[in-house]
Amino acid sequence: MLQIIDLKAEINGKEILKGINLEIKPGEVHAIMGPNGSGKSTLASVLAGRDIFNVTGGKVIFKGKNLLDLLPEERSREGIFLAFQYPVEIPGVSITNFMRAALDQHRIHRGLKPMSAMEFLKYMKEKKALVEMDAKLEGRAVNEGFSGGEKKKNEVFQMAMLEPDLAILDETDSGLDIDALKVVANGVNKLKTKDNASIVITHYQRLLDFIVPDFIHILYDGRIVKTGGKELALELEKSGYDEIKLEADRLIKN
Amino acid sequence: MGKDDKIIKEIQEKKYEAGFTTDIEMDVFPIGLNEDVIRAISKKKEEPEFMLEFRLKAFEYWKTQKEPEWALLNYEKPNFQDISYFASPKNTPKYNSLDEVDPEIIDTFNKLGIPLNEQKALSGVAVDVVMDSVSVHTTFQKTLGDLGIIFCSISEAIREHPDLIKKYLATVVPSRDNFYSALNSAVFTDGSFAYIPKGVRCPMELSTYFRINQANTGQFERTLVIADEGSYVSYLEGCTAPQRDENQLHAAVVELIAMKNAEIKYSTVQNWYPGNKEGLGGIYNFVTKRGICKGDNSKISWTQVETGSAVTWKYPSTILKGNHSSSEFYSVAVTNNHQQADTGTKMVHVGRNTKSTIISKGISLGKSNNTYRGLVDIKKSASNARNYSQCDSLLIGSECGAHTFPYIDVDNSTAIVEHEATTSKIAEDQIFYCNQRGLDTENAVSLIVNGFAKEVLSKLPMEFATEAKKLLSLTLEGSVG
Ligand SMILES: Nc1ncnc2c1ncn2[C@@H]1O[C@H](COP(=O)(O)OP(=O)(O)O)[C@@H](O)[C@H]1O
Ligand SMILES: [Mg+2]
Repeated sequence: MLQIIDLKAEINGKEILKGINLEIKPGEVHAIMGPNGSGKSTLASVLAGRDIFNVTGGKVIFKGKNLLDLLPEERSREGIFLAFQYPVEIPGVSITNFMRAALDQHRIHRGLKPMSAMEFLKYMKEKKALVEMDAKLEGRAVNEGFSGGEKKKNEVFQMAMLEPDLAILDETDSGLDIDALKVVANGVNKLKTKDNASIVITHYQRLLDFIVPDFIHILYDGRIVKTGGKELALELEKSGYDEIKLEADRLIKN
Repeated sequence: MGKDDKIIKEIQEKKYEAGFTTDIEMDVFPIGLNEDVIRAISKKKEEPEFMLEFRLKAFEYWKTQKEPEWALLNYEKPNFQDISYFASPKNTPKYNSLDEVDPEIIDTFNKLGIPLNEQKALSGVAVDVVMDSVSVHTTFQKTLGDLGIIFCSISEAIREHPDLIKKYLATVVPSRDNFYSALNSAVFTDGSFAYIPKGVRCPMELSTYFRINQANTGQFERTLVIADEGSYVSYLEGCTAPQRDENQLHAAVVELIAMKNAEIKYSTVQNWYPGNKEGLGGIYNFVTKRGICKGDNSKISWTQVETGSAVTWKYPSTILKGNHSSSEFYSVAVTNNHQQADTGTKMVHVGRNTKSTIISKGISLGKSNNTYRGLVDIKKSASNARNYSQCDSLLIGSECGAHTFPYIDVDNSTAIVEHEATTSKIAEDQIFYCNQRGLDTENAVSLIVNGFAKEVLSKLPMEFATEAKKLLSLTLEGSVG
């Protein structure tokens, strides 16, 4: 589904991604872990097409298409969803209107007719139940005055609405208490099918107790320095990032 | 910031959609303004003698006056001798049914999406259309007439209801109020009139569409709305003009009178031609709008969506005379390219326990300038008066400006006056967030702007709100690619 080949990106002349390689197949869950500032969010942003980052090398193939040639909105309609680490407030725009506008675009892209208001409300209700979203959130403006937990739940709700092929969850667990974490993880698990895939970016292994990954990649200083199964998270928890950092620095030097 | 620039460029490339002219045989006065012209207008309108006197007096006063300079506007002053003061579709003084109207005119209004036909019955809107200087069609006079409601062109009202005109015309905006009200009083050629009798709730929206079609004409309409005791009316006003390279003048006067327990809702969607990208052409919109809450517990609300005109100078105001009377002002003003808007409101509190609310949303794009100028004037007699004002500005791009001048004049220590103001920009991360959900940038900006203006848009009557949203999106729309 997704192949990242030697991807390099910079911002303001500073290289952040220094050659990322990753392959993701339908049905897989990949976790990306790594210390703060290692480039996890940057990777997510570059995949989503944020143009403040400059791609300086490499290739990304998504469902056979050259992803880097597409506009951010086209990537979204093609099935890439990013749950933001810091979801953005859009004052005065209700989640209902926001999602209706977004879903219309996705449907047009797929050659479907926009839903009628009735169909849409019914669809939204189903998805809301699926991710256990509070009824009162939908009438409120997108992320405006939301608590940290509400924002993250709202991201998962939007993901449910748009049914992406590839979801990238950027620290969707950070700042959540254990109950909220369970709700978010449950939502993500329910949305999982054999045809879609996800990249779960996290700083802590805690989330991975609930969303069990097929692979874990350790990102450090713009490179994937280690890949393993879910046991890698436990190993990390025991020894922290220090050992990996040391090991990686040694590798880079040589 | 490459992305911001791109968005701004796209948006500036939006064209004016109502910019066509209609080919109709016109009856136009030669340009210039003098006493003879005024006499000729009055004669053409078959006016009673008192109106001619009213006009001539206003003209005498106007000649002694100079154009105001104080607004934060920059424009070439119109030459008042270069304008024709009367233009009307030829041989079309009055219509009784739509069949009699020149098909070209109907076509014009169809192009504008103005619902003139009887299908409009379904949505319950009575429409008066003023093209250039003459009212060409008023619908539903009969339905309204059965309730005792008078809704007709002001010319007709002057002929048919001179007593009401004598009693109320220029009582809220005296001819001598300002330069443009004097000019309007001297030369106004048409406009709308509505009278809602005691205790009647007007069952449909009353609506007037103004259009300037002829070149080198000014439009000076006069609107007078009277809501008698315990009545209610919602009144809508829409405006467009064709695209021309020269500036055209629009100097209207609107007067609202709300008696005891009466309520008037006055909504405007103004889409006069704003001039082109370089600032050539466009309408000068110098309008005096004022209402009086005459009786106790009366209420006037102004809602306006201003997207057009090269230069706008407009402050719908309310005099809160009755005790416990209240007034609201909800405004969205969008300026793009070289447009300039200086708009706001005056709330003059005279009665006890009077209350006013001001919500102003200014959106500036391109090289435009958007100014809010408001006055909250609490007189000595106005015990326990309250005002809440909120002025928010949204800037799109870095070449535009937003200015807020909230003047407050309080003469009674029991008054409570609150003012809040914010200025914000559409952030790159907001656009990206929308993009990531599948919305293109144009769509995203439109959504964000609509969200910003939501408090005001939600005050519009439903069918007008849809139109206003469409207009907002159009104003922001860019020819992408
Ligand atoms: N908008 C930005 N401007 C400048 N530097 C940035 C920006 N975003 C991220 N960076 C830098 O890129 C590096 C990686 O950041 P990020 O991808 O957010 O890391 P992570 O998500 O792994 O914590 C950091 O050094 C950070 O300072
Ligand atoms: Mg991050």
